[in-house]
Amino acid sequence: MAKQHVTATINGEAAEFLCETQQTMLDVLRDVVGLTGAKEGCASGDCGACSILVDGRLVCSCLMLGVEAEGTSITTIEGIAEGDHLHPIQQKFLEHAALQCGFCTPGLIVATKALLDENPNPTETEARYWLAGNLCRCTGYDKVIRAVMDAAAVMRGEAA
Amino acid sequence: MTSLSYAAPTSVDAAVKLLAGASGLAKVLSGGTDLLIQMRAGRYKPELIVDTKKIPGIIGIREENGGFVVGAGTPGAVVEAHAGMTKAWPGVVEALDLIGSTQVQGRCSLAGNLCNASPAADSVPAMYAAGAIAVVVGSNGTREVPVEQIPTGPGRTSLAKDEFILEFKFPPRPAHSSDAYLRFIPRTEMDIAVVGCGISVTLDASGVCTAARCSLGAVAPTVLLVKEMADVLVGHTLDADTLAKLDAAAQAAAKPISDKRGTAEYRKKISGVLARRVAAIAFDRAMGKAAGKAH
Repeated sequence: MAKQHVTATINGEAAEFLCETQQTMLDVLRDVVGLTGAKEGCASGDCGACSILVDGRLVCSCLMLGVEAEGTSITTIEGIAEGDHLHPIQQKFLEHAALQCGFCTPGLIVATKALLDENPNPTETEARYWLAGNLCRCTGYDKVIRAVMDAAAVMRGEAA
Repeated sequence: MTSLSYAAPTSVDAAVKLLAGASGLAKVLSGGTDLLIQMRAGRYKPELIVDTKKIPGIIGIREENGGFVVGAGTPGAVVEAHAGMTKAWPGVVEALDLIGSTQVQGRCSLAGNLCNASPAADSVPAMYAAGAIAVVVGSNGTREVPVEQIPTGPGRTSLAKDEFILEFKFPPRPAHSSDAYLRFIPRTEMDIAVVGCGISVTLDASGVCTAARCSLGAVAPTVLLVKEMADVLVGHTLDADTLAKLDAAAQAAAKPISDKRGTAEYRKKISGVLARRVAAIAFDRAMGKAAGKAH
């Protein structure tokens, strides 16, 4: 079968791509569109390293076909910063050293963005459950949660 | 590799025609959280994927005749955000919420969970207990099927090649009705049930059960609707004697295997424990007490 032609919005810009039916959105982002921020950890929806937003909803891009992106608005880690200015979530991940190897970080930041868009004032428990699908084998999660809670406070205008 | 076709029809008729006309294996795609993994693992090699999400009504929730109609492909996150469903069917909602991560919740659906036909599916025991009706569409029109008649074995359903589920009907709730679902896993998130139990009850004003439906997951080739458990509850308050009989009925109904998640003996024991806990939550909720999450 001929390749599928897909039109979507990726990080706020109109995008078109061709893909095979069986290519996941993650494959398309990395191998076709050239956005390699989303990572393939497990390819089975367990690790969250490939997290993206589709029409604002958090999903694993490894569990979505590229052709399903037709007509949607996709946000990847590359679309989180505002130009040269890091998003507060990114800034707080740096300040709290909420990463070591960094492989899980794009997924964690996208997932945190989705959390704070929906719930600007999460409890630590809510944050931990929300991020349960983002595995990190380096940090032990504590620094991640500190960064998330601090970023949430900054975004609410409560802290520096 | 054989080429894989994809279609996203915008009507039931078009989707049914595509399924009926496929010469090889055709798979219905809702959220894809099981299908894509199974395709990657080589368990299914379809020639056609029919993405049903563009069919009007297949995503969304509406009230109808005092009950709720939930589109078959509605993501878990949408169902959980729906105040009416959460109030009327807290057990169904908490069961659906247990499936996978936030990311998976953005895509996973009741129809996918039911038609994947895993005996350990979390939302399925809750749907059995709720008495949900699947609205099945196909070449011969529409038929309404109790959800417990859809799975026939691990990975197998009673749906014909040209059929799929369009929506689920959840019946109106009489006064003093509620439901609950619990699963046992060795951790708190991101795991598959060792045992699951769903119970839906209607009580009278004094707390005596007048109607019940009970189900067990992960203790047989399919989720079980257990009439013997319901029979123990009807006509009684949830006193110690009733709880003991419910425990025994659950253990008797469970026909588990031993695997890496637990031994058969352990699963039988846990079936009884969960039944008691789930019944207590459902009864409390039905009387307007302790409306919080069961897990």
